[in-house]
Amino acid sequence: MKQTGGWLWRLSLANLVFLYGPIAVLILFSFNASRLSATWQGWTWQWYRALWVNQALLDATANSLWVATVSTVLALFLGVGIAVGLEGLPGRWQRQIEQAMLLPLVIPEVMMGVSLLLFFVLLHIPLSLMTVMIGHALFNVPVVVIIVRARLRKLDPRLLEVAADLGASYWDALRHVTIPLLRPAILGAGLMAFTISLDDFIVTYFTAGPGATTLPLKVYSMIKSGMSPEINALSALFVIVSMGLIGFSLLLQRR
Amino acid sequence: MGAWWLLGPGLLWMGLLFVVPLSLVLVISFAERGTYGGIVWSFSLTNYLDLLHPLYAHILGQSILLAAVTTVLCLIMGFPLAYYIARAAPRRQGVLLLLVMIPFWTNFLVRTYAWMFILRTEGLLNTLLLKLGVITAPIELLYSNTAVVIGLVYGYLPFMVLPLYVALERVDRTLVEAAWDLYATRWAMLWRVIVPLARPGIMAGCLLVFIPSLGAFLTPDLLGGARSMMVGNLIQHEFLIARDWPLGAAISCLLMLFVMGMMRWSFHAASPGSRQEDAS
Repeated sequence: MKQTGGWLWRLSLANLVFLYGPIAVLILFSFNASRLSATWQGWTWQWYRALWVNQALLDATANSLWVATVSTVLALFLGVGIAVGLEGLPGRWQRQIEQAMLLPLVIPEVMMGVSLLLFFVLLHIPLSLMTVMIGHALFNVPVVVIIVRARLRKLDPRLLEVAADLGASYWDALRHVTIPLLRPAILGAGLMAFTISLDDFIVTYFTAGPGATTLPLKVYSMIKSGMSPEINALSALFVIVSMGLIGFSLLLQRR
Repeated sequence: MGAWWLLGPGLLWMGLLFVVPLSLVLVISFAERGTYGGIVWSFSLTNYLDLLHPLYAHILGQSILLAAVTTVLCLIMGFPLAYYIARAAPRRQGVLLLLVMIPFWTNFLVRTYAWMFILRTEGLLNTLLLKLGVITAPIELLYSNTAVVIGLVYGYLPFMVLPLYVALERVDRTLVEAAWDLYATRWAMLWRVIVPLARPGIMAGCLLVFIPSLGAFLTPDLLGGARSMMVGNLIQHEFLIARDWPLGAAISCLLMLFVMGMMRWSFHAASPGSRQEDAS
């Protein structure tokens, strides 16, 4: 086994380089002074400065943040309800609902986008930022449920029994015992949902009406109309922000 | 009962926005397209019969092929990494797993764009190869099936590594050592001990890579050429450009059926009743 160690490490390293190389290259070249080529011509901040004065981009950012905030709050409210409520059900039901919750995460995202589009149009609900929020809250509910359930499983069931023995009602126990213990997981789930919402392209693409441009939609249309160093800068910022948020979320979930 | 008050809103929400819309897709797939792109309610199999047309059949076949190639490449690449992580010290395992997860959590659009930047004609790879004198003229890498597969492997590699790691971490080391002591060659050890024991993880990983690859939209849209269309792009085309919703719905249903079938099959194959578990 020892002899294979070196090979394994090299192959693993190659994998990690493959995973991080493109991201690193993108960030590095967002500082490249050359507008057209991929040859290095010195450092510059100018592409970042160009982003800062681009009103359409700032508007799209504001839309994204607004959508992410509303959909996260909604997903937390609904998802924590499901996660905690499941505790009160018999085991067989618990498992079935948990498995059903995986379905929205497994089916191709295009399917979700298309089905929502169809749903909104047939019900004559005009596509807008609101429909985007609804779509995001849809795929984020299962994310919240899964993260909160993982934490619930680690809690000591005796804590709730003690609360009941001391005369606490179901709701009292929930408010004073369960929810406080779940707080790190709920925060972690919220950050995760927020990031997924900020990043989402496909569901947004199908459910956004005219004028409801989020940041990923804007990036997409910029990419489609030709490459520019501004996209590199924007992408680099995007990567750094979502990595930061996710890192923070994972840290919270681990506690 | 308190539990139902908590569950109610969420389950209602999921039912209304997940189950109902998907059912609508199913219903619409039997309707017909109106002259101006609307929906004419009827019951016909026209849309499904249309899918037999060589043009559509080609796109469906190509999607399955590209997704399959992606899955195999992810397995070949991900296996050594997963094995390495599973054998590392516990502290290191956590760090390495985090390293595998983080790219997956960063924006997919942006990560795909990174490959456009690298692969395009005046991109980084061509620039480098030209400078090094490996090639004399830039090569066309972007907008091809190769680029699509690279993008898909890049996007879904973490989906392969994580379940593989979980399975490999559970493999009993003493069995591997026993094989070693019995003078098994390295290949025999891999094929006859490690792979069979890690089979559930391999299946889960393959499924988790194959399904999103099959339904991919963004990767073929950005990295693929005119002929690299996949099912996801076809669905988008029918819904947003051709405005033939019933046909788009029929394609979606076919994709859904395929995905569900694969999931059922794999659950079945990995369930406790199957041959693998009986043997262990």
